[in-house]
Amino acid sequence: MALLEVKNLGISFGGLRAVNAFDIKIEKGQLYGLIGPNGAGKTTIFNLLTGVYKPDEGSVILDGVNITGKKTIEINKAGIARTFQNIRLFKDMSVLDNVKVGLHNHHVYSTVEGIFRLPRYYKVEKEMNEKAMELLRVFELDKEADTLAANLPYGKQRKLEIARALATNPKLLLLDEPAAGMNPNETQELMKTIRFVRDHFDMTILLIEHDMKLVSGICEKLTVLNFGEVLCQGETKEVLNHPEVITAYLGE
Amino acid sequence: MSFISYLVTGISLGSVYAIIALGYTMVYGIAKMLNFAHGDVIMVGSYVVFVAVSNMGVNPYVAILISMAVCTILGMTIEKVAYKPLRGTSPLAVLITAIGVSYLLQNLALLIFGADTKAFTSVVTLPNLVLFEGQLTISGVTIVTVVACIIIMVCLTLFVNKTKPGRAMIAVSEDKGAAELMGINVNGTIALTFAIGSALAAIAGVLLCSAYPALTPYTGSMPGIKAFVAAVFGGIGSIPGAMIGGIILGVIENLSKAYISSQMADAIVFAVLIVVLLVKPTGILGKNIQEKV
Repeated sequence: MALLEVKNLGISFGGLRAVNAFDIKIEKGQLYGLIGPNGAGKTTIFNLLTGVYKPDEGSVILDGVNITGKKTIEINKAGIARTFQNIRLFKDMSVLDNVKVGLHNHHVYSTVEGIFRLPRYYKVEKEMNEKAMELLRVFELDKEADTLAANLPYGKQRKLEIARALATNPKLLLLDEPAAGMNPNETQELMKTIRFVRDHFDMTILLIEHDMKLVSGICEKLTVLNFGEVLCQGETKEVLNHPEVITAYLGE
Repeated sequence: MSFISYLVTGISLGSVYAIIALGYTMVYGIAKMLNFAHGDVIMVGSYVVFVAVSNMGVNPYVAILISMAVCTILGMTIEKVAYKPLRGTSPLAVLITAIGVSYLLQNLALLIFGADTKAFTSVVTLPNLVLFEGQLTISGVTIVTVVACIIIMVCLTLFVNKTKPGRAMIAVSEDKGAAELMGINVNGTIALTFAIGSALAAIAGVLLCSAYPALTPYTGSMPGIKAFVAAVFGGIGSIPGAMIGGIILGVIENLSKAYISSQMADAIVFAVLIVVLLVKPTGILGKNIQEKV
């Protein structure tokens, strides 16, 4: 059974049909790419999958559980985490605290225990620190744990966003244009990071990207979106050589 | 010696402003709204203590706990009934609703307790501190107020910066959407903020009425507005800012009363606010946010 199965997803904003009859099937452990020209509806699909928008029709099944139209928090708990096209870290918090926000739901103590510093507060905070540091070490951010997120260089902010998303313990990770604004060297490193995340965490990843080098380099399957509809779907090589895809990207 | 005495009284009054200002500043920082009903929660808290102690003979310290519980529930109810449904609409709608809630509370109090001034019995039993062979007297209320303010400030700062619910608060204040996508319960976090602010309002009410023992349905409104000024003065959204703003405001007010004119004191307070905002629009500890072009 596929990890993510989306059927006939659609949403309109006023008179604009932003996404229409969108289907996708992602197997566990797959690295899947979602591409398409600007305004094709890619980020809208991410917003539909994470519950930011409620779909007008269609269904989203994650690991056998129907999460269609559920609230953002519930979907996050069900196992979808994401990063953002424009980085949205908690800039005034330390790198460590950003990851700890991601760990919020997996380590529990009550507000009262927090106010009065009861023993469980120390125990759980210690666990969270260890877990967060472990994640930061994986991304080579452990030396900057106490730095404010805003002061990290761009490439590391991208990494931190991925680390924060992974802290929520997802089954499926959505990356929205992870290479946006990166130079070729940084993109190379990012490709390594994404592959590493997939292998090390046994993660399933769906990513939106414009950088064709990245897409053809790491994605196993692709879906091409144009004007809110699926133009073409399949193995990366076949899709990229598909005449309609070339037309959509380069024009007639 | 009289200068020091005025100064100390000013710091004490300022500490009350600071505790009230915390409620404004936290709610603003996290829910991005001005809760103008906050001052009236103080009044409700004071009435609860008054009724419990004077009419029912409850131990004053137990009465304070009851008052905190009542205010916490009141604050969370106001948030749930009046503000939450308006989240995401125009900030003006929320602001006007807050003013409406403020008048509602005042008029309910008027209806229940009447317009006459109630003599609030101070809950503080600490004796006055006499220094320099009787030249300087510091009242017990003053000492308790300042100490309470410092304790609250330290606890709150630790809570916000070092605990999980506190981190959730900062995350929500920075980016509601991203926080929600990381699994933070935004509504719950905002409700918690209101709960803490209102519990602090109850404490502020007791301290205020212990120092100035005349309780009417309008008791909370002027200190409420001044605490709001203090929060803006210190940099709204900033917890240490509320403390600094509150104390400076209290000292200015008290020294103006003593040396310039007691009628002009409020005018001077607000004039200072205008000057500070002209020089530093974001307040003393407020951050200068420069938009990138």
